[in-house]
Parts: sequence; structure tokens; C-alpha cells
Amino acid sequence: MITFAPMSLLAQIKTLLIKEVTLEWRSKYALNGMLVYVIGTVFICYLSFRQVNPAIWNALFWIIMLFASVNAIAKSFMQETKGRQLYFYTVASPIAIILSKIIYNFLLMLVLSSTALIIYTVIFSNPIGDMLLYILSVILGALSFATAFTMISAIASKAGNNATLMAILSFPVIIPLLILIIKLSKNAMDGLDRSVSADELIAILSVNSIVIAISLLLFPYLWRE
Amino acid sequence: MKNNWWKALAIVLVFYSIVGGLLFYVPAKPILNETIRNLYFHVPMWFSMIILFLISVINSIKYLRSNNENHDLKAVENVNVGMIFGVLGLLTGMIWAKYTWGEAWSNDPKQNGAAIAMLIYAAYILLRNSIDEEQKRARISAIYNIFAFPIMIVLLFILPRMTDSLHPGNGGNPGFNAYDLDASMRYVFYPACIGWILFSVWMVQLRYRIRKINNLTTN
Repeated sequence: MITFAPMSLLAQIKTLLIKEVTLEWRSKYALNGMLVYVIGTVFICYLSFRQVNPAIWNALFWIIMLFASVNAIAKSFMQETKGRQLYFYTVASPIAIILSKIIYNFLLMLVLSSTALIIYTVIFSNPIGDMLLYILSVILGALSFATAFTMISAIASKAGNNATLMAILSFPVIIPLLILIIKLSKNAMDGLDRSVSADELIAILSVNSIVIAISLLLFPYLWRE
Repeated sequence: MKNNWWKALAIVLVFYSIVGGLLFYVPAKPILNETIRNLYFHVPMWFSMIILFLISVINSIKYLRSNNENHDLKAVENVNVGMIFGVLGLLTGMIWAKYTWGEAWSNDPKQNGAAIAMLIYAAYILLRNSIDEEQKRARISAIYNIFAFPIMIVLLFILPRMTDSLHPGNGGNPGFNAYDLDASMRYVFYPACIGWILFSVWMVQLRYRIRKINNLTTN
């Protein structure tokens, strides 16, 4: 009889994360698809608007990111076959699985949103007052999309995996975070003093912590079948 | 009568709040004028809705711990009735806003938040309908219900306080309790809240029982 030494939670998360990244790197399907999607949407927006005022520029960026991230993260539980899920269930704790997915999606969103930001600012140029704060808001946006959508995609995958359901479940949930992020990035565009944005920063971080905490509490129940 | 006294109390209080709310003295305020009476009808709707959604979340947590179908049925009926009260709260608020703010919908964070909260619970009902298997449906919708509840709280109670809002009690505006709600209004307002909350719980109880009977007769 073979006995496995139980891995610590951190080791489990690390192994699962490496597995996610390796799988992604081998196929590159999701990543490349999303990059082309983002670039295509940026071009559509650029060609249809040409010139916009800063508020619309900012809103357009986040709408592009919203749809790109829903599509990217919806896949995170779809690719797992039933057999593979059963295997993970026996070797890893559910908390390690959801945490590794959240971290992986955060990294994926970072790659996506930084690419989108570079292309968006180069092609569709618009003055940004406080570039550093804008980049911070993009990082926080990536984090928020990752935390909120990972759990929703797990729920949607259990409920028959259709894309419409993913959108219906995730849009109302992301709106509060999106409002805060749009406000933060608008402050950055206008180059307002950073102390003005402190409220939004604290609110975004605390909502994200709440979402992560509930995901960790609920995922074990969702996973069990 | 021992177990039903609260239903009688609900009827008496709701009738009292309708009659008293329309006839009793209210302080005359500029702009508000007689629309201040909407306080007796609008605010109790939201209180009832929040209480029902809270009961629903508690039942969802109980369901995950026990796998008892009754908790799931209670959770969904609380959401159904809570939605009715939420829509009534939106409508009474819009009528009031039409007369005081000039427009029924004026992009107020509180209004937007309330509408999005309705969307969250509509998504919950859609999610329930998309799954056929009963236990799976109960488990997954309970998880979504618990997941969405804190986000609704952020939406309704934290975000409007961070921005400019015309709604009383938000964005630096004084709430009604600050100066409008003088002693004479409390005599109607508190009974109205208690009455509508009891009434909504009664509605949930009836719907829950109907659902149980339906389940028994179909099985």
C-alpha cells in the first residue's frame, strides 16, 4: 500500500499553480485567444470613436477589460474533466484548489490587462495625469476580476457550464467593485492628489478580502459532489 | 390564537400605519411638504426586504450544514417575497423622487444600488431554474445566495455613503431621524416598520407551506 505524505497547504497551492501555468503554456489557447480578443476590441473602439473625452475613454477601457476577463475566467473550471476533478479531490484540499485558481487568474488578468493598457494607451492615446496610480488601479482591477469571477465560474461550471449563466451571475456581483475601480482610475487620469483616492483604495481592498474569505468558506461545499 | 397573535398584530399595525400615515399630523417642510408621508410606506419596504434576505441567507447556511430540504425552500421563498418588497420599495421611492428630486430616476447611487441588488437576486432565481436536480440546485443556489449577500450589503449601505447622493441619510444629507422624524412621526413610523416586517414574514410562511404541499402532492 502506498501512502502519500500529506503536503502542506502552501506546497499544494504551489504545485497546483505550476500545473495551471504549465497547462496554459503548453496550449497557449486561452492566453493567445484573449490577447487577440483584447487587441481586436481596442481597435474596434478606436476606429468607431477616434476621439473621446477622458471619462468615456476610461469607461471604455474597463468595459473592454470586463468582457475580456469574463471570457478568460469562465474557462478556468470548464477545462477540468470529471475524472480530473475527482483526482484533485482526492489529492488536494479544496482551499488549495480555489486559492491556486484565484492566484492563477490574477496572474492571467495581470498579463491581459497590462497588454491591453499598453495597446490602448499607444493606439488610443489620452493624457493620464498620474500614470503610477492608473497602473495601480489596473492591478487592483485584475485582482478584483480574479477574486469575484473565479468563484462565479466555479458555480457556473457546476450549473451546466453555459456562458450566458456566467455573465448573468457575474455582472451584478462585479458592479460594486467596478464602480470603485472606475472612480479610482478616473481620479488617476485627472491627476488628483493621491489622498483623495484613499477611500476607494481601502474599499476595493476590503471588498476583495471579503470576496476571498467567502470563496474559501464556500468552495469546499461547492466542490463536494 | 397562541401562535397567531403576531399575524393579528401585523394586520392591526399595517392598517394603523396606512390610516395614521395618511391622516396624522406631519411637520411641514420645504420641498418635502406632504411627500414626507412616503417615509411610512417606502422605508418599511426596504426594512422588510433586508430582513427577508437576511433570513434567506441564514437558511442557506443552515442548508449547507444540514442538507435539509426545508431550509432550501425557506431560502427561496424569502428571496421571492423579498423581491416583491424590493420592487415596491423601488416604486415608492421613484414616485417620491418624481415629486422631490424632479425625476423618477436621477442616477442616484442609492437607486442604482437598489436596482443592481434586484439584478443579483434575479440571477439567483435564474440560477435555480437552470438546474434540474433538486439537491444540486439547492446546494449551488445556497452557495450563490451566501456569496452575493455581502456584496449586496456593500452596494446598498457602503457605496452610497462614499459618494454624493440625494437620498436622505447619504452623501452628507441628514437622514429623516436627524430632524424630520420628530416625536409625532415616530408614533406611525415604528409601528409601520414592525407591521410590514411581520406581514412579509407571514407571506413567506404561507408561500413556504404552499410549496411544501405542492412537493407532497407531486411526489
